[in-house]
Amino acid sequence: MFKTLTMTVNGREVSIPVDERESLADTLRNRLGLTSVKKGCEVGECGACTVLIDGEAFDTCIYLSLWAEGRSILTVEGLKSPTGELNPVQQAFIDEAATQCGFCTPGLIMSAVEIVGTGKRYSREELRKLISGHLCRCTGYDSILNALERVVEQTYKHVGHEGEAPGPAGHA
Amino acid sequence: MYDIEKFYQARSVADAVRALRADERAIVIAGGSDVLIEIRDGKLAGCSLVSIHGLAELEGVERTAEGEIVIRAGTSFSRIANDPILLRTVPMLAYAADQVGGPQIRNIGTIGGNVCNGVTSADSASSLWALNATLELTGGEGTRLVPIREFYTGPGKTVRRHDEILTAIRIARADYEGFGGCYLKYGKRNAMEIATLGCAAMVRLTPDQKAIAELRLAYGVAAPTPMRCTATEEAVRGAAITPELLDRIAQGALNEVKPRSSWRASREFRLQLVSEMSRRAVRQAIVNAGGEADV
Repeated sequence: MFKTLTMTVNGREVSIPVDERESLADTLRNRLGLTSVKKGCEVGECGACTVLIDGEAFDTCIYLSLWAEGRSILTVEGLKSPTGELNPVQQAFIDEAATQCGFCTPGLIMSAVEIVGTGKRYSREELRKLISGHLCRCTGYDSILNALERVVEQTYKHVGHEGEAPGPAGHA
Repeated sequence: MYDIEKFYQARSVADAVRALRADERAIVIAGGSDVLIEIRDGKLAGCSLVSIHGLAELEGVERTAEGEIVIRAGTSFSRIANDPILLRTVPMLAYAADQVGGPQIRNIGTIGGNVCNGVTSADSASSLWALNATLELTGGEGTRLVPIREFYTGPGKTVRRHDEILTAIRIARADYEGFGGCYLKYGKRNAMEIATLGCAAMVRLTPDQKAIAELRLAYGVAAPTPMRCTATEEAVRGAAITPELLDRIAQGALNEVKPRSSWRASREFRLQLVSEMSRRAVRQAIVNAGGEADV
């Protein structure tokens, strides 16, 4: 059965009909054209479909679209600044060559946005755990962790204080 | 698209109970990290779902005036892992919740779903058994309290009736105060892994901190359901902390567990883990209780 779903996507309120059997990954890709949301495993193992829902990272392949009613969704498409510049997280991935085939990249970037949004400093081991819900079959993770370390450090220098988290957000 | 025949989003627990009574085929879905995967697998294809996802009355942790911990069943693992009350009172359970899946799974998965699934490998189960948790079930005939040791009837089977929702998990003050605890999970990877074996140990020491006043030793995947080694626990009541104590506990545990072989690990390997993990978990629990376990 079709139902109307109202949610905020990348800062804009949308109201669209969705099938109640639909996953949020399908809704974002097929009805809103947000193809940064990748469908990898479709069972919540690989993290390629990760987006932020009310600031927290979720696998949208195992999230029913109707559950997003009234919530705020952020995908990679919403990270660009109004003047077209990349988000610092995206820039760090480029600077550290943290992308090869690119399939896992959007999901990892969204988790990274959540991590950076806490304004906290993390050790490489902690970062490893924080991205353990993502699979990358190209890079061996080292360059991804380099990118995360770089952007976490940058953010910490600008806004960071232990325990004073500005909360996960999009482009600052 | 999921193969779901009927979907109903409940507006409250009472509404969910009503919807379950109206449809004897309906399955409860909370976070969905197990149910949706089983639909994908085809095991639950064509199912009818009653969703309790996002119900505010099922979320949160509180400590009552009597010191009882009340964890609402729809609370996500990430919230449990970071909850200040739980970190202070039952850090072992917060740690166990942090061993589930990966960050995204911990954001969606709920402790109630973990328990209601009835699987022996649930990361929260062994800690909840060690903590003597009480489960609050709400159904058409009202609310009843079930001790966790009476909840499981077999693999994937529990005493929860069709029209009942697990609404809260309760831990009495006497079941955590004065204890040191430790949960250990053995898996082949650090994340996105189902436990090969889980072991939760809790220790309360005598006032001189030289002997065991009370031991609780619980396992996941050491039997078809989560379990406690009650005979071993009784046998070491009052025992002095000596190097032989850990041997006795490990040997006692081996006599009580009934692990099986599966594709994840053989029975023999699980027995090895039962023995070794009891030593490590009990040793750490003694330290966490304020004792010295230089044994």
